[in-house]
Amino acid sequence: MSFITDPVAFLANWLQGLLAGWGLSAEWLNFLMLLIGAVVLALLALFWTIFLIWVERKGIGRFQERPGPNRVGPFGLFQPFADMLKIFTKELITPKGVDWVPYNLAPVLIVASTIMIWAVLPFNSTTSGTNISIGILFVVAIGSLGEMGVIFGGWGSNNKYALLGSFRVLAQLISYEVPMVLVLLIPVMLSGSMALNEVVNSQHIWNIVLAPVAGLIYFICLMAENSRAPFDLAEADSEIVAGVNIEYSGLKFGFFYVGDFLHAFTMALLFATVFLGGWRGPYAEQYPILGFVYYFLKTWVVYFVNLWMRFSLPRFRIDQMMAFNWKILTPMALVILMTTALLDKLLPAGQPILRVGGFLVLNVILLVGISLLLSKLLSRRPRPVVAPTPRPVARR
Amino acid sequence: MTPMQIVFLLVASVTLASAVMVVSTRRMFHAALWLILTLLGVAILFALLESRFFTIVQVVVYVGAIAILVLFAVMLTRHVMSEDQPQLNRSWWIASLATIGLFTGMVLVMRTWPIFTTTQRAVGPGGEDLQKLGFAFVDPSGFMIPFEIVSVLLLAALIGAVFIAAERKGGKG
Amino acid sequence: MLNDWLYIGLFLLITLIVPIVAIAIASILAPKKPNHIKTSTYECGLETVGETWVQFKPQYYLYTLVFLIFDVETVFLYPWAVAYNQLSLFGVLEAILFVIILFGGLIYTWRKGALEWQ
Repeated sequence: MSFITDPVAFLANWLQGLLAGWGLSAEWLNFLMLLIGAVVLALLALFWTIFLIWVERKGIGRFQERPGPNRVGPFGLFQPFADMLKIFTKELITPKGVDWVPYNLAPVLIVASTIMIWAVLPFNSTTSGTNISIGILFVVAIGSLGEMGVIFGGWGSNNKYALLGSFRVLAQLISYEVPMVLVLLIPVMLSGSMALNEVVNSQHIWNIVLAPVAGLIYFICLMAENSRAPFDLAEADSEIVAGVNIEYSGLKFGFFYVGDFLHAFTMALLFATVFLGGWRGPYAEQYPILGFVYYFLKTWVVYFVNLWMRFSLPRFRIDQMMAFNWKILTPMALVILMTTALLDKLLPAGQPILRVGGFLVLNVILLVGISLLLSKLLSRRPRPVVAPTPRPVARR
Repeated sequence: MTPMQIVFLLVASVTLASAVMVVSTRRMFHAALWLILTLLGVAILFALLESRFFTIVQVVVYVGAIAILVLFAVMLTRHVMSEDQPQLNRSWWIASLATIGLFTGMVLVMRTWPIFTTTQRAVGPGGEDLQKLGFAFVDPSGFMIPFEIVSVLLLAALIGAVFIAAERKGGKG
Repeated sequence: MLNDWLYIGLFLLITLIVPIVAIAIASILAPKKPNHIKTSTYECGLETVGETWVQFKPQYYLYTLVFLIFDVETVFLYPWAVAYNQLSLFGVLEAILFVIILFGGLIYTWRKGALEWQ
């Protein structure tokens, strides 16, 4: 392999040769390589957030037909650096009566839970942090670490509104985890393994073609897990005094938003891995660097759709959110799981076109059926009448 | 002392210490936090036993669901952070005698069990085979009946929880 | 295999230490001028009344319980899904029975109104 076609593996081999040449024993060499790999990946994820902050601010500006940051550097590219400098030098006000350990651990846990996901993503046919054989459940388990961060923040702040806000966020997070975990069973079924490398390797046909409803449910649940609009009830300033991060200032406050923005990108990475075939594309196995390119492109498309929805849709009320999850998404996830499992066994094996066609028909039937059912149910609900008598002013 | 043994001793001692702190700390919220640490310690012990699936299931179910349940219950209680109750009540010495007696009795009985003296078949270095577990779940000569009974058990738990909570809300059910 | 866990353990340590170091740097760089008003609990500018507790809402607890039940159910289904490709139709039907029983539980919970947000 040369540097051009496979940069990461080339560098790793070169480094390993260098370190072995200095006379390290095999275990220390292994440990050191793992350590260097982990440090590089974690710092890369953290510093990538700086670029993401710029993308979000410029993007939301452009969507709202205003220029966005454009003073600091060309196209405002240095704006996040200015923000970072500012936030590093703000006073860290700690209110009295806080429980010190949970209060300070909360922003750390929220950032850590997001970066940990990068450890199991396959960036390439040869590059991934670790190919742990329970990768998909690992991602779910890391979500629970983030939930802990929210609880610690809400409780440790010694503030009624932070506590209330954190309860609502927590209720939202755990509710939307149910359809997410159910729907993730479908890629596991289709690829026969929970390891993310295997899930990507087995996607000769992208999973989103075979299970579009599952992809849709997963996308919605990922947005809700991230507390992104339209699900951002928790940090809505007009609702509950900005939720969990009331009593935080300075860099701790900044870390909540670092976690938020990085989670949006990580969510796009996850979706591209599980449903869009990850790094797969033409010639991606021979030239691993093309794997990086395809992965990057797919992630950007998903990230753009995520940003688009964030900048365009109004937020849900909490009872609408919960009703949507428990009454629509969870039954839909259960039904699509059962029907996909049944259909895959009933179809004759080894005919990919028939398989794709059969799955697509099933998913379309399910979607159409659910929307018809919903429209029928909603039309039966009595609409509130505002003014039964004709109003004197609004006359045609 | 291999590194594995050192790691095991470290993790086991942290888990035991957290478990002791759960029952002896004065504030309820801190007890819940120590409980989370204990559960994470048990998850790491599963990882040391080369069983990846149960490590992650321990984190997903215990830390991600049950610990949150415990935290909700703790946080929705009044006077969670107060320390006005005395740590020990008057009959603490009877309690410790009974505990030590029970522990000694259990250890003496367990020493006669063969499972502690024969070496068990270890899980191989590749970890457990999830496919075999999946096969066993649906195999009629395997664990099919317990598999279905588990779902009935979960249904019973769900119905029980909903019934009790619906009563609390003022007889909505 | 322990390589995997070692990597994840190292990664976890690094992702925990880097933010802590960053916060430590910020606490050195930032000014420290606490006064009575800045450190009091925020409540839209008013003084806090009463201690910090929130009224018990059974809704939160119910959502967590239902989530727990479905989480355990899904965890049982994961080994089945890994073995799916080699299973016969009978195995699939058994898992469908498993899911249908719990689907019935969801419908019961729905009808009882336990999923409404009060």
